[in-house]
Amino acid sequence: MKADVLVRTDWNRKSRRITRHTIRRMLAHWQLYVILLPPLLYVIIFHYIPMYGIQLAFKQFQAMSGIGGSPWVGFKHFDQFFNSPSSWRIIRNTVGISLYSLAAGFAFPILLAVALNEVRGRFFKKTVQMVTYAPYFISTVVLVGMLMQILDPRIGVINQFITLFGGDPVNLMGKAAYFKSIYVWTTIWQGTGYSAVIYLAALSGVSKDLQEACVIDGASKLRRIWHVDLPAIRPTIVILLVLSFGNVMNVGYEMIFLMQNSLNLTTSEIISTYVYKVGLVNANFSFSTAIGLFNSVINLILLVAANYAAKKFTDSSLW
Amino acid sequence: MEAHPNRLMKESPGDRIFNVATYLYLAIVFVLVAYPLIYVVSASFSAPSAVISGKVWLWPVEPTLNGYEAVFKNKQLVSGFANSLFYMVAGTLINLVMTVMAAFPLSRKELFGRNLFMAIFLFTMLFSGGLIPTFLLVRDLGLLDTRWAMILPVALSVWNLIITRTYFQATIPDELYEAASMDGCTDFRFLLRMALPLSAPILAVMALYYGVGHWNSYFNALIYLKSPDLQPLQIILRNILVLNQLDPTMMQDFEVLQRKQGLADIVKYAVIVVASLPVLLIYPFVQKYFVRGIMIGAIKG
Repeated sequence: MKADVLVRTDWNRKSRRITRHTIRRMLAHWQLYVILLPPLLYVIIFHYIPMYGIQLAFKQFQAMSGIGGSPWVGFKHFDQFFNSPSSWRIIRNTVGISLYSLAAGFAFPILLAVALNEVRGRFFKKTVQMVTYAPYFISTVVLVGMLMQILDPRIGVINQFITLFGGDPVNLMGKAAYFKSIYVWTTIWQGTGYSAVIYLAALSGVSKDLQEACVIDGASKLRRIWHVDLPAIRPTIVILLVLSFGNVMNVGYEMIFLMQNSLNLTTSEIISTYVYKVGLVNANFSFSTAIGLFNSVINLILLVAANYAAKKFTDSSLW
Repeated sequence: MEAHPNRLMKESPGDRIFNVATYLYLAIVFVLVAYPLIYVVSASFSAPSAVISGKVWLWPVEPTLNGYEAVFKNKQLVSGFANSLFYMVAGTLINLVMTVMAAFPLSRKELFGRNLFMAIFLFTMLFSGGLIPTFLLVRDLGLLDTRWAMILPVALSVWNLIITRTYFQATIPDELYEAASMDGCTDFRFLLRMALPLSAPILAVMALYYGVGHWNSYFNALIYLKSPDLQPLQIILRNILVLNQLDPTMMQDFEVLQRKQGLADIVKYAVIVVASLPVLLIYPFVQKYFVRGIMIGAIKG
């Protein structure tokens, strides 16, 4: 009993000393807190206050009463969404486009980076790198504009090719069946060079000694890439995979929205564009917030799950 | 450059095949990426009749500047260009100030509660309020249809904050900071006199990232802006390229010409080139900074 009290007072004294020390340290550097204040206010206002607004998903928004004063309606909006015939099509489109672009696009940047890493002609390497990186800087609007010009049934170069070989012009942007492929391959065209730079950065860290040892042991180039280069960039690959799983529900809605037309909407409507149309075009705030919340929660779950899997099966993870 | 390990030994036949395959692969990728770019530029300089009848494959046919003339006569495009320039410059300045003000304190061990503050920032990358709650906030703040709506909601990118913070931690040694503190240098002074001059490279990278982001974005303008005279270039481009709405005042100007030559089709190509030009022109010169930025980011993962 006595010992216990002694220990406790000792602990109290120590903790008080730590607190005093901490306060003194905080006071000495009060200016750091002042500097941090504006960015902190920014995230609180522009990121955390909207999170408070998520309650709209469970309310019926009334303009007069505002977010706080609107009446609760429970899961009404979620019921409405999941019972509507279009909901599953929209979810299927979102996940489908996402997985398609993950499966089709994931290997290209790695291939490009590994190939560029093998090239010794500096001029050739620089030129290829610069040109493949350039599309990343083309804005979404311009990219879709280019796409529509090139795929145009009348003046587009693709259809001029088709007619050259005796085929009939096709309105490619108007065919629902082609939408996913057009979107995915356009993003691959735009993003491969950019993503390759990340892998190139990782490849530049591969140890030269290891490479030389392989050469002396008579390993072929292919074996060296397989046994030295790829393991070296494995953490980067894993982390980028985890990140893309965390973005499965966030397909590039800015681009898809621009590519949509009444003819391809059955395959091109995704959750984010639907949220925009329901919420801001039709001003159905609560319903739209509910769908948006569903989207964010699924995303968060996927990211956490992917990170958990990465941690379990490999030695690299986001956190 | 040190000798590449390949030079140490004679290459085996298998390796030679591999080399050829590598170059072939890169050449194919190069052509696939470059061809659409070259085609668009060539079409913008070609006679409309040549483009429509499919005579343009690689180089301009019957070169003309008519398309460009129409672009520079279009008042909407010119005003959009000016607006975008304003959003880019003002937005990037605020971005830089905010990023440094967040990254510097968060890079210092002396900031008690640093992990908690960092967590507050990082959580916004995982979860967000979504479109409607954010829109309602911007509306309630009275920012709708003002220039502020293009700048304040995107005043800071947490991703860029992480990169800048990593840079600060790597380049400003704790000893330097402690020594300055001992000598009575305040944190304000240290930031202005020591940290900022040391961080010029990262500020250049950040300015580029933010700048290109502002220049290319359209979605915030779509949801927050209504007035025609506030619209950035990307919205005007969307009207012309995607929605096929050429400004009627512009149409009158060359309606006669258009009937004769189908100019409207070519104007689109010229618009694409003019809108991408500012970024693509500076790009070769700043490319290495972008690459460096990615590398700094990659350190932390």
